[in-house]
Amino acid sequence: MRQLVVIGNGMVGHRLVEAVLDRDSGMAWHIVVLGEEPRPAYDRVALSSYFDGAAETDLRMGDLRADDRVELRLGERATGIDRGARTVTTSAGTTLHYDALVLATGSAPFVPPVPGHDLPGCHVYRTIDDLEAITATARGTGTGVVIGGGLLGLEAANALRLLGLRAHVVEMAPWLMPRQVDEGGGALLGQLIEDTGVTVHAGAELRAVEPGDNGQAAHVRLGEDTRIDAGLVVFSVGIRPRDELARAAGLELGPRGGAAVDAACRTSDPAIYSVGECASIEGTVYGLVAPGNAMAEVVADRLAGGEATFTGADTSTKLKLLGIDVASFGDAHAETPGALEVVLNDAPGRRYAKLVVSDDAATLLGGILVGDASAYAGLRPLVGHELPGDPLDLVAPGRTGGGVGVGALPDEAQVCSCHAVTKGAIRSAIANGAADVPALKGCTKAGTGCGSCIPMLKNLLADAGVEQASALCEHFAHSRAELVEIVLATGIATFSELIAKHGTGRGCDVCKPAVASILASFGGGHILEGEQAALQDTNDHFLANLQRNGTYSVVPRIPGGEITPDKLIVIGEVARDFGLYTKITGGQRIDLFGARVEQLPAIWGRLVEAGFESGHAYGKALRTVKSCVGTTWCRYGVQDSVGMAIELELRYRGLRSPHKIKAAVSGCARECAEARGKDFGVIATENGWNLYVGGNGGFTPRHAELLASDLDSETLIRYIDRFLMFYIRTADRLQRTAAWIEAMEGGLDHLYSVVVEDGLGIAAELEAAMARHVACYSDEWRGVLQDPEKLARFVSFANAPEAPDPTITFETEREQPVPAGPVALGMPSRRPPAGGDTAHTGSAQPQTMEV
Amino acid sequence: MTATATALPVSAEGRWITACLSERLMPERGVAVLLPNGDQAALFRTHDGTLYAIDNIDPFSRAAVLARGIVGDRSGEPTVASPMLKQIFSLRTGACLDVPEVRQRTYRVREHGGRIDVRTHPDEAPQ
Ligand code: SRM
Ligand SMILES: Cc1cc2nc3c(=O)[nH]c(=O)nc-3n(C[C@H](O)[C@H](O)[C@H](O)COP(=O)(O)OP(=O)(O)OC[C@H]3O[C@@H](n4cnc5c(N)ncnc54)[C@H](O)[C@@H]3O)c2cc1C
Ligand code: SF4
Ligand code: FES
Repeated sequence: MRQLVVIGNGMVGHRLVEAVLDRDSGMAWHIVVLGEEPRPAYDRVALSSYFDGAAETDLRMGDLRADDRVELRLGERATGIDRGARTVTTSAGTTLHYDALVLATGSAPFVPPVPGHDLPGCHVYRTIDDLEAITATARGTGTGVVIGGGLLGLEAANALRLLGLRAHVVEMAPWLMPRQVDEGGGALLGQLIEDTGVTVHAGAELRAVEPGDNGQAAHVRLGEDTRIDAGLVVFSVGIRPRDELARAAGLELGPRGGAAVDAACRTSDPAIYSVGECASIEGTVYGLVAPGNAMAEVVADRLAGGEATFTGADTSTKLKLLGIDVASFGDAHAETPGALEVVLNDAPGRRYAKLVVSDDAATLLGGILVGDASAYAGLRPLVGHELPGDPLDLVAPGRTGGGVGVGALPDEAQVCSCHAVTKGAIRSAIANGAADVPALKGCTKAGTGCGSCIPMLKNLLADAGVEQASALCEHFAHSRAELVEIVLATGIATFSELIAKHGTGRGCDVCKPAVASILASFGGGHILEGEQAALQDTNDHFLANLQRNGTYSVVPRIPGGEITPDKLIVIGEVARDFGLYTKITGGQRIDLFGARVEQLPAIWGRLVEAGFESGHAYGKALRTVKSCVGTTWCRYGVQDSVGMAIELELRYRGLRSPHKIKAAVSGCARECAEARGKDFGVIATENGWNLYVGGNGGFTPRHAELLASDLDSETLIRYIDRFLMFYIRTADRLQRTAAWIEAMEGGLDHLYSVVVEDGLGIAAELEAAMARHVACYSDEWRGVLQDPEKLARFVSFANAPEAPDPTITFETEREQPVPAGPVALGMPSRRPPAGGDTAHTGSAQPQTMEV
Repeated sequence: MTATATALPVSAEGRWITACLSERLMPERGVAVLLPNGDQAALFRTHDGTLYAIDNIDPFSRAAVLARGIVGDRSGEPTVASPMLKQIFSLRTGACLDVPEVRQRTYRVREHGGRIDVRTHPDEAPQ
């Protein structure tokens, strides 16, 4: 075996080792990694999330130690290279032989040598150790100053804000982020940043950091006459490649420092490579991780005998900083000879956009977007290509309804820059049968990086005429509403029969739960009976909600939010006895978290015995009918809102529907139950009840609209019966009532005609269907507890029914148990370690929003 | 039913252990199996009766939940969807069909005498 020594276990050094291991099927290399930091490589790009509550372990990259070809020596610095002997000496006094050596030492923040720059309280922003030191200093002061208003400086300013400090940013240039944005964009950016409470000092020069009586940093002096309080100072004025080892070893350096390397990432000594921020590749030092990763792949290929070369990198930037959109791409500063600028400076709209075009105004060269970067995804791929129309229309789509249609892009345009996928490649994947975004992700990798190109993928599918809207999935060409009609017309009662006669294949996680819901809405019977059990999502299967560590939550129904002290005590006792985390939900009831599958029957045994039943928090079904106290207690109440809420909740409990249904009843127009935020809301009047429909909280809040007023209780319930059954019959899968009404031809008027005027003549049918539901309701949990066969499924392991899942562990937070370990809902590393540390190299988008 | 085993390379190591009685494994609904070394396999029976087992720990969330996913097919390939974030895995090869570089290990399975056995060790080391 030959020995590869890698100096530096940062982001790029880590990627390099992974890439070498991936290619090294012949076990040719033994790899020694020297890391100066005390911890294994972590995601420096996401460093700031540390202040948003991420733990160190959340930032970890995959664990290299899981592979026995790798020896990871942490807290050990390389101190010298002997090129003649091919050895590296380390701070631990070891001498390591190498056959190949890679320098991946990254860079160090530059600290300007002003007086006081090294006082206690002065920091840089690069490592987890830095952040810990910043946090410690922040505890003793109220004000922090960031020197440097670039990308990292603004991130640091946000961090100070999150630490509760009054934050200032000092930038020497006349505006913020001078490298990415121009004066106009910078002016708006400055305003937007100030709106978040960060004070900006642009065009200001740092003279000194001045100590207070305790010898700590206390002020910074800017120019002659400005002095600001600063118990904490963060320098973020730029980085310098860490080339000290290369320099001492006599390797050639680049014009601005960094070990000079060729397109193969080789230094002037062919046995030594350099990658990442410490390398000067053909004269350029990149301060971004993507070019570093590309270099790592080149070196790994070379070590495996390949011929790969570095072909340049996209340095486009798009970020959301302090909630502000900024994007900069291509030749943003119009440095191309003859380049022209098209600028939109919409001060009242708080957005700034500039496009840089060629001298004949035909080709897009670059651009800057501040305040609203929504055009970025469409514009970036157009760089270097002919403009599809009037440039102003591209940045101000509202003006003529224009905007960049994906159709305007040439085939060579890059749609996904993370994986360098062109429009042409995506079009041919669609032509070869990729029919949706997941399929495109699978065959082209587009969309599996930052995710910002996914809207374009959808547009390309639509452009190619791929029917996406109505077909439920690859197994059914029908929409959900059409399947309802088929089920009602044919009386088909099983999934197997439905898919055999009206679909293809064996179904998937999209069509199976949808069909299960349809069968449950109209068929009745226990949802875990026979074949139906295999259709249910895990939540419905275990009648509980899956949590991130594989445990489940338990939500007993508390109709209308009204509960007796005795029942409250039972909930407390059950939670205590089973060690469950307890929380009051936003839906006027109590959620008990952290139950393992095998505990669920015992927990529910106790709850059912005390008179509780399933709250269907796991189902696409009625959740809660929220109430206010109404005439029961309130001096303003005009009707018994609690009574009505309980009546409605008991009537519609267990009703399976296309998506969850929420409702509320308020006792007067003050609306304390927030009924207008619900799928159906009832508000008391002097004369009866007003019925509102189609409200939503969540992603796209919408107020419910008035459908009928001053109804007596009986009419109210009749209308709601019709409304809900009509929804269940005609809505799409996972379409809440708000979206359903919005998509309905004729909208609210049509709904009024169906529900109130019986315009379609189906009111009696709808009411009868609801009457069947009410008559057939029984508690799903009671049903399970009475059936040994169903109960048998509540085990973690088929071969060890008593054994708890050993991967589930808890720690204590605020006196309650919570899942131990990192929140790890991201992408795994290429080779998930067999049981080791969590690993993620980016974040995968959840595929669907639901539950 | 007679023995049905997936056609995969024979593993050098491991032995058979009993996972459960045949009647316990419903078509298209998995169960988890605790292996002697603490690893976990997710065991499935598809609609046509074929048996499969892959690693139970979801590589995306690190939770031991794949056995609780929905079984179906993608373009004819038998699959399970992770109940956590819905990535799709091939039951035949363990490959994640949504994120190509991710793959679960597979285990051999056999059925005889009313019992289902799985191999204690996977067919091949993960790539
Ligand atoms: C527990 C609770 C938060 C809390 O601690 O208070 C909660 C928790 C969850 N919500 Fe919620 N929501 C809770 C009230 C709400 C509310 C407020 C309300 O109901 O008054 C809303 C906004 C109102 C609305 O829905 O219109 C809300 C909007 C959502 C949404 C977005 C829905 C939308 O139409 O945009 C989702 C995602 C989805 O359903 O696709 C969601 C999904 C979820 C899921 C199911 C996510 C998941 O897959 O794990 C969470 C799991 C709960 C569990 O495991 O028990 N939750 N969620 C609340 C339970 C209420 C209850 O007693 O049933
Ligand atoms: C707060 C912050 C936000 C950022 N945001 C982005 C972003 O949004 N997008 C982006 O593309 N980039 C971003 N970056 C830059 C990105 O983190 C770097 O490009 C990337 O980390 C470079 O990787 P590297 O391996 O070259 O260097 P590093 O990650 O710095 O790793 C070098 C490692 O080598 C070690 N080392 C140095 N000398 C020795 C020695 N002699 N012996 C042993 N070990 C040694 C160092 O301690 C360090 O751990 C950000 C950086 C920071 C600090
Ligand atoms: S909505 Fe009206 S009746 Fe209900 S609590 Fe508020 S003020 Fe009282
Ligand atoms: S641009 Fe396609 S995933 Fe980032």
